[in-house]
Amino acid sequence: MRCRRCDNPGVINMRQHKLSLCAVHFPEWFLERTQRAIKKYAMFARAERILVAVSGGKDSLALWDVLLTLGYQADGLYIDLGIDGGFGYSTLSKAKAVAFADRHPAAHLIVVDICQLYGENVPQVAQRRHRPQRPCSICGLIKRHEMNRVALEGGYDVLATGHNLDDEAATLFGNVLHWQVEYLRHQFPVLPADGQGLARKVKPFCRFYERETAAYTLIRGIDYIEAECPHAAGATSLAHKETLTRMEHDSPGTKMHFYTNFLKVKEAGLFAADETAPELHPCPQCGQPTTAPNLCNFCRLWETK
Amino acid sequence: MHIVYRDKEWFVDQEMTVNRMLKYLKLLPESVLVVRNGQLIAEDQKVQPGDEIKIVSVISGG
Repeated sequence: MRCRRCDNPGVINMRQHKLSLCAVHFPEWFLERTQRAIKKYAMFARAERILVAVSGGKDSLALWDVLLTLGYQADGLYIDLGIDGGFGYSTLSKAKAVAFADRHPAAHLIVVDICQLYGENVPQVAQRRHRPQRPCSICGLIKRHEMNRVALEGGYDVLATGHNLDDEAATLFGNVLHWQVEYLRHQFPVLPADGQGLARKVKPFCRFYERETAAYTLIRGIDYIEAECPHAAGATSLAHKETLTRMEHDSPGTKMHFYTNFLKVKEAGLFAADETAPELHPCPQCGQPTTAPNLCNFCRLWETK
Repeated sequence: MHIVYRDKEWFVDQEMTVNRMLKYLKLLPESVLVVRNGQLIAEDQKVQPGDEIKIVSVISGG
């Protein structure tokens, strides 16, 4: 397989695009395609300040690298969740984020330590809430709250995450299997700020396969944490990804069409916003919007300490 | 050649394509990338005795 742009040997063959590219032209294509997604979904403008949620993994570090390379004002946010898993998962992943920031003069990294701020890390909260084996929902809640808080307090215009097409297709697959219509309404590359305390959220990598973001980090020499979060083992989203990847193997483009056609039907009005959706009001403690009658779910996490 | 994938390793004394190697290891090309002596390579490339091969899993959970 030769590179379509220069005829040198290709280093990645993307069967879904019928496209093979070399180590020089793949990163170029990757940058162009990210820029196209930013423009297509009106994610942000040149003058806007972006906060990139960085986990130390391949997708978020690749996203930060791409945004800086494209000349955007992009700061990183690392949330230290205090997950160990017997090998110091959070310590290792933070080290990758810090090392990336050290190597890039334009990169500014904000580190939030959950234990320092709230007195407990994620495994400790999960233990107290009797969910020591499956802390993912608590972890997700804490991350979403903190990402939003830092974005608003720091005056950022937009919060960017490294979700890729495999993430989005797996989420979509799960939501369709269970007909979670409310979740389907909210799945989109851009979630606008609501003016009541929710920051705009964007996913500039939503049209890249996970294999492509991994290839970008390898070619660019970005050092990322390869180990999985110890709590990800057995996750349903992982099983959905594997199912979709087997389908992709038999029929290239399956994942891409599944997700991008969903976006098309959404833009055509399917799963439109529900006018009867419950109203948001500010949490009396943290001020972030919630549908809960009193404290938001995040504040209630710490209430029973 | 020395092949490493996650916490497993193999020693193979035979030239073959990446595609064949992945088939032999029962891995889907869509779920991995192959790095030969530090360089990313495509599935039609050959790997041979003496090569240091790292297979990188690209499917992450959570």
